[in-house]
Amino acid sequence: MLTEIFQKLLKHIDAFLMACVLFTLLVGLFVLYSASGQSIDKISAQIINITIALFMMWAVTNVQPQLLERIAPPLYLVGVLLLIIVEIFGHVSHGAQRWLDLGMIKIQPSEIMRIAAPMMLAWYFSKREVSPTKADFAIATILLMIPVVLIMKQPDLGTSLLITGSGFFVIFLAGLSWRFIIGSAVVLGGCMPFFWSILHDYQRRRIEILFDPSQDPLGAGYHTIQATIAIGSGGIAGKGWLNGSQSQLDFLPERTTDFIFAVFAEEFGLAGNLILLVLFSLIIVRGLMIAAQAKSTFSRLLAGSITLTFFTYAFVNMGMVSGILPVVGVPLPLISYGGTSMVSLLIGFGVLMSIQTHKKLVASG
Amino acid sequence: MKSSHELKNYQNEQHSFKLRLTVLGFFVLFGFILLAARFYFLQISRHDYYQTLAENNRISIVPITPNRGLISDRNGVVLAHNFFVYTLEITPSKVEDFDATISEISKLVEVSPLDLKRFKKLKAESRTFESIPLRTHLNEVEAAKFAVNRFRFPGVELKSRLFRRYPLGKQGAHMVGYIGRINDKDLANLTKNNALSNYKGTDHIGKSGIEQSYESALHGTTGFQQVEIDADGKAVRILSSQAPISGSNLILSADSKLQEIAETAFGDRRGALVAIKPGTGEVLAFVSMPTFDSNLFVDGIDVENWKLLNESLDKPLINRPLRGVYPPGSTFKPFAALAGLENDKRKPPFSINDSGFYTLPNSSHRYRDWKPGGHGVVDMRRAITISCDTFFYGLAMELGINRLSSFVRHFGFGQKSGIDIAGEVSGLLPTPEWKMRRYKQPWYMGETVIVGIGQGYTLTTPMQLAQATAILANKGVAMRPHLVSAIADPKTGIAKVTQPIISDKITLDENNLEIVRLGMIDVTLPGGTAASVGANAGYSVAAKTGTAQVIGIKQNEKYNADLINERHRDHALFIAYAPAEEPKIALAVIVENGGHGGSAAGPIARKVMDYYLLGKVPAKETPEEIKVKNPAELNNVNSTNQSTNTNEEVHYD
Repeated sequence: MLTEIFQKLLKHIDAFLMACVLFTLLVGLFVLYSASGQSIDKISAQIINITIALFMMWAVTNVQPQLLERIAPPLYLVGVLLLIIVEIFGHVSHGAQRWLDLGMIKIQPSEIMRIAAPMMLAWYFSKREVSPTKADFAIATILLMIPVVLIMKQPDLGTSLLITGSGFFVIFLAGLSWRFIIGSAVVLGGCMPFFWSILHDYQRRRIEILFDPSQDPLGAGYHTIQATIAIGSGGIAGKGWLNGSQSQLDFLPERTTDFIFAVFAEEFGLAGNLILLVLFSLIIVRGLMIAAQAKSTFSRLLAGSITLTFFTYAFVNMGMVSGILPVVGVPLPLISYGGTSMVSLLIGFGVLMSIQTHKKLVASG
Repeated sequence: MKSSHELKNYQNEQHSFKLRLTVLGFFVLFGFILLAARFYFLQISRHDYYQTLAENNRISIVPITPNRGLISDRNGVVLAHNFFVYTLEITPSKVEDFDATISEISKLVEVSPLDLKRFKKLKAESRTFESIPLRTHLNEVEAAKFAVNRFRFPGVELKSRLFRRYPLGKQGAHMVGYIGRINDKDLANLTKNNALSNYKGTDHIGKSGIEQSYESALHGTTGFQQVEIDADGKAVRILSSQAPISGSNLILSADSKLQEIAETAFGDRRGALVAIKPGTGEVLAFVSMPTFDSNLFVDGIDVENWKLLNESLDKPLINRPLRGVYPPGSTFKPFAALAGLENDKRKPPFSINDSGFYTLPNSSHRYRDWKPGGHGVVDMRRAITISCDTFFYGLAMELGINRLSSFVRHFGFGQKSGIDIAGEVSGLLPTPEWKMRRYKQPWYMGETVIVGIGQGYTLTTPMQLAQATAILANKGVAMRPHLVSAIADPKTGIAKVTQPIISDKITLDENNLEIVRLGMIDVTLPGGTAASVGANAGYSVAAKTGTAQVIGIKQNEKYNADLINERHRDHALFIAYAPAEEPKIALAVIVENGGHGGSAAGPIARKVMDYYLLGKVPAKETPEEIKVKNPAELNNVNSTNQSTNTNEEVHYD
């Protein structure tokens, strides 16, 4: 009886993906315990974040992909609308206008867009009767750029880049011609000065300092310098859990959120880093398999995009902490402290699981 | 992968999708290999380099503590200030053999047994990486001697620290308070208030009085210096800095000369005095006797002195004005009188014929007046003047406990005065509901009778009594009492002046106030219970004496001050405001076990008023004779059954 209920509840959970995610979350809690200076409060709060996010993931796994496809356009519209409202009335924190304060709860519409934007594009391509034309790609690009520009204005460079990525993956998987990709890469290169001009000062500074952290060792470069010292001093096996001197002695800034990877790398060394890369790879491989086996255009485009976006998250975060990418404010997925990113990530995994477990019922579309 | 315009070919599309997925898979692989390569570079190839950097991470942030604000009285007399001293400090975690180190140090610099005791106490209280003072106030020679030998003492440092000094020592210690080393409780508080980072580098924090309650204003904002440090942790270069912002200076409403006169007048008696300017709520004097030297606490008090203060029967550490609770005794009568008049009871020409006792209907129990045989014909004004108990027994009965309590509550009885320093208790104003809650017993009529003369359950603090008197003097307008009259920015000198705040406004009939006022003036005229206080004053004084029982006296016993233990004698109380026509000062005095209010507490009040109103400084003399010479008024309340044999009725909360 009990096992039946259990089976029913877990019917739409993908066991392999779930196991990898849970294990990574557990690793994350251990790192957070160390990074927060052994704060039980922080751990408790993160456990609550994880619980909420897991519950929402579970809820999404029970939603059929067809329904996801149907709600994609309204969700996208609501997201864009909220972004416009934030632009007008938003709550400014840390110099950025990201939050919408609804009294009881504060919502960050850019987080909705992380899933809504790729869903919208996947929906758009799935509705094309013929193989996508150039015009279709142009329309998809416009659909993508609306939220991206709004989020960039907040300013939240990290999220806008990630959403650009997730949209690009949909467009790429939908069959954008190679010629166009190479051509636009050249054009984009040419447009760099323009993008440079729309960046905020602090964002430009971050990019400048990326190439030469010594420019500003106590200000913006401080993050990168301290983080690389932490990683480098970790060596092969690391200094041991709770023993990272950089992490424990207050040298590392933002060490529970964006820079938590430095704590991990210092305490667990190269060995730990490789294990983490393997964990992430397992999740990604499983995601790509789900995408490959998906039965509808919408499902496969969305699954591919979610998986690759997860990779982008991980890559950008570890890249910026280890000093090969600019510091753009992207958390390490499943590890960094924080509720909103945890929720949007796990909802993404929920969508993957839904696509995987509902496919037997889906008529080949 | 040419884009085609044909209808969707699913197989084709699937194939194209899988190919692109594979491409992305390689993209992922490439990304992770890139990261792995970077990790290899940082953690293997350059590990030694980063290892060294991490080991002596060279950038350190050094806090610069701000100067604590000064505290001065209303005339600019400094009550608390700072000065630099050399201290010799030891960080326990860096020292292996304490006894050897200390004995070596004492060859260079004198370390007294007292210093050693204090050090051991602090060491036990602190964490091992905190630096703890062994010797403070080193002179130049001692400092130089140690500096030359510094290399021999790892873990021992000579520091120049800002110290707090209270130049007046014992005077006003309960008001000014003191600072002490930050302990775990303070740390928890600071963490809770998000103020911890502002206390980096600060060792001391306000522990009591103004120092505690105005901590945030006095402390200031900590500055920072980013320095490059070498492997030994010594600063080699300043990279950037942000100057600290000194704490604000506080100007008190208290007058230190007035305070001194009041404290001297107490001599070695225990008690409290609070003087308030009725129109503004400024506290002019805040006396708690005996007092203690605040300076003892600054560097951490030594065990001997602590024992002396903490275990003394005189309880010098208790803030009596705020935390000492006493029955108001007869000083309650003016307020009971107003309660009667405002409720249209006992209005002139009403009078009673006092035969020396009051009895409840259908009871034989006699509530006796302090004067055997009674006062004869007594009206309201005279009842106040001669402190006629019988008159007020009847008045209280007729008003009933609820009406009486709810009226006098407006004068601040049973509630905190709201003074700007922490620790005040609210005393007690009894009601039947309170008694039911507290004792699960109904209210008895007899209890109402004795509330009328300020006995029974009623308890007040000296602060409350002074505030009640100030409200009376101010004709029902209650001003919130405050000790700090201005907060000044040390840099600009601009002072933020505390604006008088009206905390309550009681509507009172002018005629009723006048009756009470005249009765209280008569108290200090010949024939009143404190005639000596008004004698040759040069200004008129409205006052009321009071006596609060410490031990209960049985129905047929007589109180004899000479026969009982000094600590069991009655407390002497006195309230007054002057000049009676246009009050400039209102005060309450309590002399513990002092006997009668008029003779024990009255003279203290007189000296305070003389100085404040006339600038008269009392001639140096030995403190007042404690003995009660002529007990003109002894409120031998033969209280009802419930208070017989209660021993100590003074509670220190």
